[in-house]
Amino acid sequence: MSIVAADPTAAAAEAAQVNRHRRRGFGRYAGFKVLGALGSLMFMLVVNFFLFRVLPGDPARTMGRGRLSTPEQLAEFKKTYGLDEPVLQQFGTYLNNLVHGDLGYSILYHKDVSEVLAERFWPTMLLVGTSTVLAAAIGVWLGIRAGWDRGSPLDRFTTGGSLTLYSMPEWWLGLLLIAAFAVGIGPLPGIFPTGGLHSVDVDPTSLKGVLDTAWHLALPVVTLTLAYLADYALIMRGSLIDELRSDYLTTARAKGLRDVRVRDKHAVPNALLPTTTVVALNFGFVVAGAITIETIFSIPGLGLLTTDALHVPDYWLLQGVFMLSSAAVIAANLAANLLYGWLDPRVRT
Amino acid sequence: MSAPVASGTVAVTSRQLARRRRRAAFGRSWRRFRGNRAGMVGLVVLTLFLLVALCAPLLASAEGLQVTKATGGVLEPPSSEYWLGTDAYGRSVLTLLIWGARISLFVGLMATLISMLIGTLVGLTSGYFGGWVGAVLFRLTEWFLVIPFLPLAIVLATVLGRSLMNIVIVIGVTSWPGTALLIRSQVLSIKERSYVERSRALGAGHRHLIRRHLLPNVVPIVFANTTLTVAVAILSETTLSFLGLGDPTRVSWGSMLDDAYSVGAITTGSWWYFVPPGVCVVLVVLSFTLVGQALEEVLNPKLRER
Repeated sequence: MSIVAADPTAAAAEAAQVNRHRRRGFGRYAGFKVLGALGSLMFMLVVNFFLFRVLPGDPARTMGRGRLSTPEQLAEFKKTYGLDEPVLQQFGTYLNNLVHGDLGYSILYHKDVSEVLAERFWPTMLLVGTSTVLAAAIGVWLGIRAGWDRGSPLDRFTTGGSLTLYSMPEWWLGLLLIAAFAVGIGPLPGIFPTGGLHSVDVDPTSLKGVLDTAWHLALPVVTLTLAYLADYALIMRGSLIDELRSDYLTTARAKGLRDVRVRDKHAVPNALLPTTTVVALNFGFVVAGAITIETIFSIPGLGLLTTDALHVPDYWLLQGVFMLSSAAVIAANLAANLLYGWLDPRVRT
Repeated sequence: MSAPVASGTVAVTSRQLARRRRRAAFGRSWRRFRGNRAGMVGLVVLTLFLLVALCAPLLASAEGLQVTKATGGVLEPPSSEYWLGTDAYGRSVLTLLIWGARISLFVGLMATLISMLIGTLVGLTSGYFGGWVGAVLFRLTEWFLVIPFLPLAIVLATVLGRSLMNIVIVIGVTSWPGTALLIRSQVLSIKERSYVERSRALGAGHRHLIRRHLLPNVVPIVFANTTLTVAVAILSETTLSFLGLGDPTRVSWGSMLDDAYSVGAITTGSWWYFVPPGVCVVLVVLSFTLVGQALEEVLNPKLRER
């Protein structure tokens, strides 16, 4: 934004130039980032492969712990999972299966792992997506108010509250909420269900079903929102404070703009950058964030799937969850990088 | 190594001089730290918890941990005899809490130690040597950074088995990348400073440069980062134990919460069973965070004006 009022044609030319500048170099930058993400993906696949096969001891023994007693059973198990082949050949088979969407067979559900993952995907997306949107909106709002008016009661409340929430295992907060609002304290009855995605007797696609699902998701969403909120509020506050010292804010004030306008039109758009990236990055941790919350609220998503697989243990399922969650992080990372590169040409170096 | 330098009439070796200067700097930092109220509160709370953990055998008999020697009733509410009530086996929750502090703090500190060692080593090497070794290490760090912590920790803990040392290892080897990146960037900037260049021009080798110039400058940052890492490590321990991946033979705050959850203390409203361990975790983690932030503020002048 220019200080001196320029004539319209010059402004248009300037805008066009800014646009051109915005596009220049982005392709190259995006190319590099995509290559980097592919590298990470390869690394993740290698880690995933070796984690389950080469880590201490015999993979067959670890995977079949407690179920394989005779040597014949062991040999049979090894043959079924191709564990008797040379490692390199196993890796080739693993990659080949992966490309064909074959993630192995779940011994817990007696289904293909990919099928189980697909079934469990949407509840998690619904839970984590809703919480992320809410947390980002409230967190950014709080962060702006707190950072702009440092030392104010709201700032102290936001900072203190965020640090406390940050120091809290989010599932413990969930347990407290269940105890208070689902079970009830003393004479006060609970008003929310203690768990589940929806009641068993309603059709989740009908209006009643949707309302019922919302009622069931209220507590878990509040828990996750509070857990994410702290992060966003602190980051937004921090980056706004970083902007406070910038010369362009002095300029904006010198022009005679009102404080609110200086904040909303000048400081906030610039300070939003890091927060946007963090929101995008965090969204990659969809599965990781949902593990404990889905477990305590019994929501049949990927998180609950992880703990169920863990208790069996169902190695192929665990491997699938691990792969999916890592891939999500890599994708979110790439998205965050591209977004940042698009919004801020300075990082395209 | 440097030879003694005669300065005027009093002979002071460069080593003595450096040590004296460092002591003065430490004094300055400590005075500044004392001025930070949040940091001081955190330090006091931490000292209390450490004392409780160290004196656990004096405060409560270890026999109170054994299910067979439990004296109380099942899930008794707090009374004058059991200040925080009893658990599902009739053990005093307060005793469990005191002994749990030991395990939780031990795991947090040990895991941080491992994480710091790996992080410092990788960060220092990739920052100092650069070249292709540095590039490979840097990529590796970035890769580890994107692997989601909890799923990886769960997988590792499942594959390795459940024991106290394994949980330490799992947390340690999954939490180093942040430290490595921090140290790398610090080393990259220190390496270019003129006194390091001068030292190199005078013929200093890698060993001398790293020990005399890089490490002393990196250590304060590592120190501040350590306290923050302990906070995260304790949270991780709590979560992994809650998921049933901790050492089944030891009581930690996380395993208490796991027990409380699995016996249904939430639905029966036995708050004395599931509230205290969580409060302890929050207090300790918050204190470590406050101390870490205060240290960062003291050691990093740029943050001081916030």
